[in-house]
This record gives sequence, C-alpha cells and structure tokens, in this order.
Amino acid sequence: MLILTCPYCGIACDETELSPGGEAHLKRYGPGSSDDEFETYLFHRENPKGIHFERWRHAHGCGKWFHAARDTITLEVFGTYPAQVTEPPQDVKDAISAKHPGWSWRDFS
Amino acid sequence: MSEPVSALGGASTSGIVEVADAGPVGMITIRGDLSDVAVRNALAGCLISALPATRQVMESGTDRLLWMSPDELLLLCPQDEVAARTGALSDALKDQHHMVIDVSDARAVFKLTGVEGALRETFAKLAPADLRAASLPVGEVRRTRLVQVPAAFWFASDSEAHLICFRSVADYVFGLLTHAATPGSEVAFFD
Repeated sequence: MLILTCPYCGIACDETELSPGGEAHLKRYGPGSSDDEFETYLFHRENPKGIHFERWRHAHGCGKWFHAARDTITLEVFGTYPAQVTEPPQDVKDAISAKHPGWSWRDFS
Repeated sequence: MSEPVSALGGASTSGIVEVADAGPVGMITIRGDLSDVAVRNALAGCLISALPATRQVMESGTDRLLWMSPDELLLLCPQDEVAARTGALSDALKDQHHMVIDVSDARAVFKLTGVEGALRETFAKLAPADLRAASLPVGEVRRTRLVQVPAAFWFASDSEAHLICFRSVADYVFGLLTHAATPGSEVAFFD
C-alpha cells in the first residue's frame, strides 16, 4: 500500500484516493520540434527499479496534481511536492541522497 | 418556483448510529485564488469574516463554510437564501477571477448522529481515511472516497457528523451507511 502526503491539503492519503499521472518532469515538445524530440516526449519513459519521480492527482480529495519521489522497490516515499516546479526541491533530493548516495534520474542527481 | 426536494425525501435509518437525509440544503461552490488579499477581502464582506484554514469548517449562525481545496470553498446555507447569496458573492467578486455556482441540486447531504466511536467506525468501514480523533478532529472536513464514490464528511460535534456526496449516488451512499451501521456490527475500535 502506497501512502502519499498531498502537499496541498496535508492529508496522508492512500493510493486508492489518488489517480496516477505517470512520469514527472517531462519537458513538452510541441509544434516546431523535431520528430525525434517529439517521439521522446511522447513515448520514452523511465522504468526504473529504484528511485522514481511521478505525478499523482488527489482525485478523491482536493483534486490537485502533485509530484512524488519514491522508490519503486521498497515503496519508500522520499517526499511529495507541488507540481509547479521543473525539478525536485532540494530537501527531496537530500532525502534521496541520504539513502542512496550518488543517485541519478534523468538529468537530476 | 418549485419546491426543493432532497434526493431521498427525508429517508432515515437507525443502527449503531442514526443516518438521515438532511433535507434540502443550500450549497454554493466558491472558487478563486484564496491566497489573494483582494479575493479574501471581497469574500469576507459576504461570508464569515475569517475564511477557513486548510481543511477547516467555519460555522456562523445557519452558515457553514467548508475548505474544499486551496482554491475552493463550499458555503452551506438555508436553501431559500441561495439565490440572494449567490448574487451577493458574484457581485463582490466581479473584479476577480472567480466562480460562484449554486450546487444545491447536484449534491445530497446526510446527517449522522450517535456516539462518537460508532460514528467514526461507520465512516472508517467505508473510507480509506484516518478517522482517529487526533487525525480528524471536530470541525475538520475530510474529502475522500466512500467505497466507490467521492464524499466529504466532518464532525460538527462529538455526537453529530455530516456527509456530502453527489445527488446521483445518494441512494448508494444511503445503502452503504445503512449497512455500515447495521446493529450488532460494532467493532468498537474507536471506543
């Protein structure tokens, strides 16, 4: 069972109260981009065994989208944060570093 | 104007707690940037002067103001006041980006009465919410899922709780609550 704390309403909600939104921190390539960039944006996803960044929506609660950093093996949650950012906040990165020194995920480390 | 009719026409049932259709209740959804001082000031003029903090329910006379999300409030008031209140709120907020909408006919409200432990247990059987008094104190609203449908509930006192759900699922929710409150089904976890 995955329990994530919604950064907007502060409720520690069970996964059944949330809707998954796939990978977080995707950069959108739209009109004017190359075919390769568009393909990467549309189809290429991380599928890590370990640290992952995801989007979730508090669908049965306040209805807001947020991001979560978690470990896909242990289900440990390193932190949740509002979605209006382009990279994870430092405290979330620090929480991951404390557990997995030298980690990296896409461009983040 | 036609008479307001609640979803279940005042149905009620009795088990480990009393579950009753709360009858017609006026409900107005207010959306806007609640962190904006101009919006807060405009709202304070026609609502309770202090807006509810995160997850809080404010009560004043016949009004109750529920925090629904960072940009949404729900005002509960007598149904015959809804048109006037909606107009007043729209006027007050006309210079701000906002939405004020009457949702009275879109929702159903239930009132549950009984001992606190049994009330908490009735909800806990149906929702993935932490119903311990420390996590959901009196006067705090919890939006969650009641088995398969969205719902919001809050404790008005130790012996009274209210629940809001969509009107279209009122009968389903009434059935759920009736079943969860079946006499003899006490788990007594919260006693």
